[in-house]
Amino acid sequence: MINAILVFNNHGKPRLVRFYQHLAEEVQQQIIRETFHLVLKRDDHICNFLECGSLFGGSDYKLIYRHYATLYFVFCVDSSESELGILDLIQVFVETLDKCFENVCELDLIFHMDKVHHILQEVVIGGMVLETNMNEIVAQVEAQSKLEKAEGGLSAAPSRAVSAVKNINLPEIPRNINIGDINIKVPNLSQFM
Amino acid sequence: MALKMVKGSIDRMFDKNLQDLVRGIRNHKEDEAKYISQCIDEIKQELKQDNIAVKANAVCKLTYLQMLGYDISWAAFNIIEVMSASKFTFKRIGYLAASQCFHEGTDVIMLTTNQIRKDLSSPNQYDTGVALTGLSCFVTPDLARDLANDIMTLMSHTKPYIRKKAVLIMYKVFLKYPESLRPAFPRLKEKLEDPDPGVQSAAVNVICELARRNPKNYLSLAPLFFKLMTSSTNNWVLIKIIKLFGALTPLEPRLGKKLIEPLTNLIHSTSAMSLLYECVNTVIAVLISLSSGMPNHSASIQLCVQKLRILIEDSDQNLKYLGLLAMSKILKTHPKSVQSHKDLILQCLDDKDESIRLRALDLLYGMVSKKNLMEIVKKLMIHVDKAEGTTYRDELLTKIIDICSQSNYQYITNFEWYISILVELTRLEGTRHGHLIAAQMLDVAIRVKAIRKFAVSQMAMLLDNAHLIASNTQRNGICEVLYAAAWICGEFSEHLEEANQTLEAMLRPKVTTLPGHIQAVYVQNMVKLYASILQQKERSGEKEGAQEITQLMIERLPQFVQSADLEVQERASCILQLIKYIQKLQIKEVPVAEEVIALFAGELNPVAPKAQKKVPVPEGLDLDAWINEPPSDSESEDEKPKTIFHDEEQRHSRHRQPEIDEEELARRREARKQEQANNPFYIKSSPSPQKRYQDTPGVEHIPVVQIDLSVPLKVPGMPMSDQYVKLEEERRHKQKLEKDKKKKKQKKEKRGKHHRHNSLHTESEEDIAPAHHVDIITEEMPENALPSDEDDKDPNDPYKALDIDLDKPLADSEKLPVQRHRNVETLKSPDSEAPLVEKKSKKPKKKEKKHKEKEREKGKKKEKEKKVVEEEEEKKKSSKHKKKKHKKEKDEKSKDKKKSKKKSHHSEEETTESVQNGTLDDEPLPVSSSALAALTYDIQGNLQNDSQVTVSVIFENKSTSFLKSMELNVLDSLNTKMLRPEGSSVHDGIPVPFQLPPGISNEAQFVFTLQSIVMAQKLKGTLSFIVKNDEGSTHEKLDFKLHFSCASYLITTPCYSDAFAKLLESGDLHMSSIKVDGISISFQHLLAKICFHHHFSVVERVDSCASMYSRSIQGHHVCLLVKKGENSVSIDGKCNDSTLLSNLLDEMKETLSKC
Repeated sequence: MINAILVFNNHGKPRLVRFYQHLAEEVQQQIIRETFHLVLKRDDHICNFLECGSLFGGSDYKLIYRHYATLYFVFCVDSSESELGILDLIQVFVETLDKCFENVCELDLIFHMDKVHHILQEVVIGGMVLETNMNEIVAQVEAQSKLEKAEGGLSAAPSRAVSAVKNINLPEIPRNINIGDINIKVPNLSQFM
Repeated sequence: MALKMVKGSIDRMFDKNLQDLVRGIRNHKEDEAKYISQCIDEIKQELKQDNIAVKANAVCKLTYLQMLGYDISWAAFNIIEVMSASKFTFKRIGYLAASQCFHEGTDVIMLTTNQIRKDLSSPNQYDTGVALTGLSCFVTPDLARDLANDIMTLMSHTKPYIRKKAVLIMYKVFLKYPESLRPAFPRLKEKLEDPDPGVQSAAVNVICELARRNPKNYLSLAPLFFKLMTSSTNNWVLIKIIKLFGALTPLEPRLGKKLIEPLTNLIHSTSAMSLLYECVNTVIAVLISLSSGMPNHSASIQLCVQKLRILIEDSDQNLKYLGLLAMSKILKTHPKSVQSHKDLILQCLDDKDESIRLRALDLLYGMVSKKNLMEIVKKLMIHVDKAEGTTYRDELLTKIIDICSQSNYQYITNFEWYISILVELTRLEGTRHGHLIAAQMLDVAIRVKAIRKFAVSQMAMLLDNAHLIASNTQRNGICEVLYAAAWICGEFSEHLEEANQTLEAMLRPKVTTLPGHIQAVYVQNMVKLYASILQQKERSGEKEGAQEITQLMIERLPQFVQSADLEVQERASCILQLIKYIQKLQIKEVPVAEEVIALFAGELNPVAPKAQKKVPVPEGLDLDAWINEPPSDSESEDEKPKTIFHDEEQRHSRHRQPEIDEEELARRREARKQEQANNPFYIKSSPSPQKRYQDTPGVEHIPVVQIDLSVPLKVPGMPMSDQYVKLEEERRHKQKLEKDKKKKKQKKEKRGKHHRHNSLHTESEEDIAPAHHVDIITEEMPENALPSDEDDKDPNDPYKALDIDLDKPLADSEKLPVQRHRNVETLKSPDSEAPLVEKKSKKPKKKEKKHKEKEREKGKKKEKEKKVVEEEEEKKKSSKHKKKKHKKEKDEKSKDKKKSKKKSHHSEEETTESVQNGTLDDEPLPVSSSALAALTYDIQGNLQNDSQVTVSVIFENKSTSFLKSMELNVLDSLNTKMLRPEGSSVHDGIPVPFQLPPGISNEAQFVFTLQSIVMAQKLKGTLSFIVKNDEGSTHEKLDFKLHFSCASYLITTPCYSDAFAKLLESGDLHMSSIKVDGISISFQHLLAKICFHHHFSVVERVDSCASMYSRSIQGHHVCLLVKKGENSVSIDGKCNDSTLLSNLLDEMKETLSKC
């Protein structure tokens, strides 16, 4: 079983956090920090396995990680997983990201955390490996993106037009404007629609 | 209202999406927290909107904030709202957020049950997919119970994408709702042979997870996995299976023998390192399980070690690490093969990679022998000095201690050396393991009597240099060793040469900066020291000296009386008063030393850590019962004793009070004496020898210390363990020379000395005599201690609940809870959508069937027998076992039927009912696609009831209609009767406890009672049911026959060869034999067939001859001797019942004649 999948950058900023057992947010952040400190100390030419017993509360657990450019991909697994297999899986995951984002870089992960999660969900669910064939994963991800596009996507509505004029607080409107202004204001607003 | 809508649209326009949020956070590096709290306020506003898109956007942003460590559980309800959106885009966002923040404690989670169920049965596979994915993260026991059946249904979904997800999620369901395991298991097993490799892989994954925790329940799957292993090419699946075998082999050594060959082949052939590594691992596991029985596997061990050496020498650090890891497994059983690679492992200690160094350390632990212990520890000590970072240094420290103290100090030949090592370790700064060193010092000093003098001198030196050790006490764990040092010096003060000096060292003002518990030990032990000094002075008549020392105590003790630590304060003030009193006596010139020393008289014996637990509770003593009625609450609050110990003593005393009878008292006294003798905490003045372990002589018998003169008794200054290494070498050399002279004589002596070491010693190790004739006192255990070690098990293990026997037939009560009205509603009313989906699904089904047919052809040899029972109308063509023929028959049949029935009222859905039987664990036989329903059955006997068998029947709905009101009836024979509920007549059928939606199969069980089992039986039966579709409902019937073969009354029972021989010798067995010609399959194969089809197990096999055994449910023993000739097989059978035997042999003949 995979216990957690963490992606963070060279400064320890989390880019993807996926725990397969429930932990409070503070504990999660603590684990991310400690994991980061553990892997940061290790240079790139030493082995990719780390015993981390106390960190996740079980001596059975092991950290298996890979370092790509600015990002660390860390999997925390128990003894039922093959170490080398998980290393391959990380590679598959990263290659899939690369395919889905077309030359993935840290910025893609930063701005599209949701999409990264959706891709991950096609690789691992509930701590168990779902699929290891990259083409199959990409196919499922794309089929779902297509479905999303067909529905118009999350940002389909005409939004983000005016990002400067935000936070209009409705309760304040009647207070600020006179009765006469309403006639002017309301039509104005409706034009945005 | 209008205003609200306007507001909604405005917000929709103005709110940030996830990208804006991320950008904003990046632009506010200075005041990130403030910015985020502002954003959260905005999100709260957005969540109040009616627009689902706004909500989804807000939830998406929350998911991002959750990653940054913000608690978003307050939005749980909004998340559920987004989950229930109709658009996939929003639904996915909702489920993602839920999977990140929902857990068992989320109270609104119960609101999701119906939503999830709806999504699971959605026509859009991706809706189902996200629901499954989400569920995998937040499934609770309630959700698991309510949705188990829905998920189980999805395991047979037409899309492999859903099937594989459903299979994986079942594991989570099992964990939360263990009752679901048995009902779902047959289908899970079925998925092992799913045509889609992904589904297959998922099923393997789940079963491996299950089997890892409770391997014994999955042994019966071994043949299936074996088949998969030899046929699969997917490395992921192979790795999982091979890992699983690693878990199974310890339970079934025969499996291991079978595995060696294919695994060795894989090792030679595979290019994938991951697979190679797992193979090596499992071969090791096999070898471990075989190590007792099969000595003949040195080739395999060599192969493993050789491959591992290649891994370790590889430049890839990952392979190096794994090589060391696997090496440590071999070490446990075959230490010699690893020890030859000591050079390589010591080399790894210098690796720049900490993980690798730690692994190498682990290996060293197992590699030490008497010969190399000093050398290895010396190397480690060098590493301790070099080590950077406290974690690794601490690890080294614990390893050194572990290595030296393992198996009762088995490898230590020179305890002076060991004490020196411990003392050297105290120079480590900043270690957390001071208490470990202290514990070792105490243990060695107490248990190795010969070393006490040396130990005391070293400890005195430690106390003298306490300022070095305790320089910064608060953060420094090392000062714990002072605890041990003080105690050892006090307790064994008779060995101290300069007690005065030590006492002064203990009274230094600096001591008061030590932690309280150490000071307390100081105070207590300085009195011991004082007492022995006093005695010394009085004996030599130095009255002044005695008074001086008393004066010193009185001067210095007040600093402890002022201590903030209660324990220190209390002890110090007590002792101060005592010493003041002594002073008074001294002034009167009364000799006091003897009395003071009497305070500390008596020997302390080491007590085993579990001794207290193991004291058996005397008969008739109920520790939980009230002795007196509990007093009122207010009283008991105050009086409650603090410790259990105290409590118990109180109870004892209360217990005894009312009994004053003289005789009773005498008896009690006797009992108490007995109890005291057994009580490990009762310090006896002279320990009775019979309470020690037999292999250690009592204290009295410990020879007076004979210290080798070549070892200096006192090393000036801090000891250097290195000196001992040299000395030891010299000593060994000398010894060797000596020994060469009088070899024989020595050997005799040694045999006596070494009996406490258990096995594993090489000759050369045995030759090294310890420098001291040391007796290690074994820790005491109470007499008749309970040997159980059960207390090691964790009762809270979540996997324990899954320890379920999967071979037992399902009981009616074990069905998964089904939400009936919902299922019936959606499936019964045949609206336009349902059939559409159904039609789509037909294609893959056909493919599946084709595949299954092929599988069956292949599997024919191995799989359990599948008997096809003819339909009523064609019963003349009966032939029980000839499957091939049957298939043809069936094809013909269905063709015939098609012709004849097409004319009849049903156009599309014909009612060709074909009934088959086979076994549950096998996939059902292929059915013609026009069939309405199919039956598959399996007969299982159980040993608990000698006159019952359980028939598990799988009903499969092959039509596109809904099958309901199913009722199964069987025409009983005199011998065999179906067990019907009480009150019903023999002609009543038993209702099947479920309904079948199209394409679904389910299993029910029926119990039959039998009188005699010596003959095979056939029972006619009918299944009646109602077919409901859009054209209305029709009543249908399906006739079938149940064939109870004699083999189905047999239960595979293992038998040992000696028991088997006895059975044959007993002479009360009837004998019969058969011979079958024209056998072309291998003997191995043939035996497998007999085991599989006729429920036998192999007792012994020699060349082409084997003995087999089985047992009937009524306790008949059946023994077989199977011999293979050139082209024939002869089977000699012996059994308590001749009829049963001849029938069994006939059945067997039939099976074999088809080979």
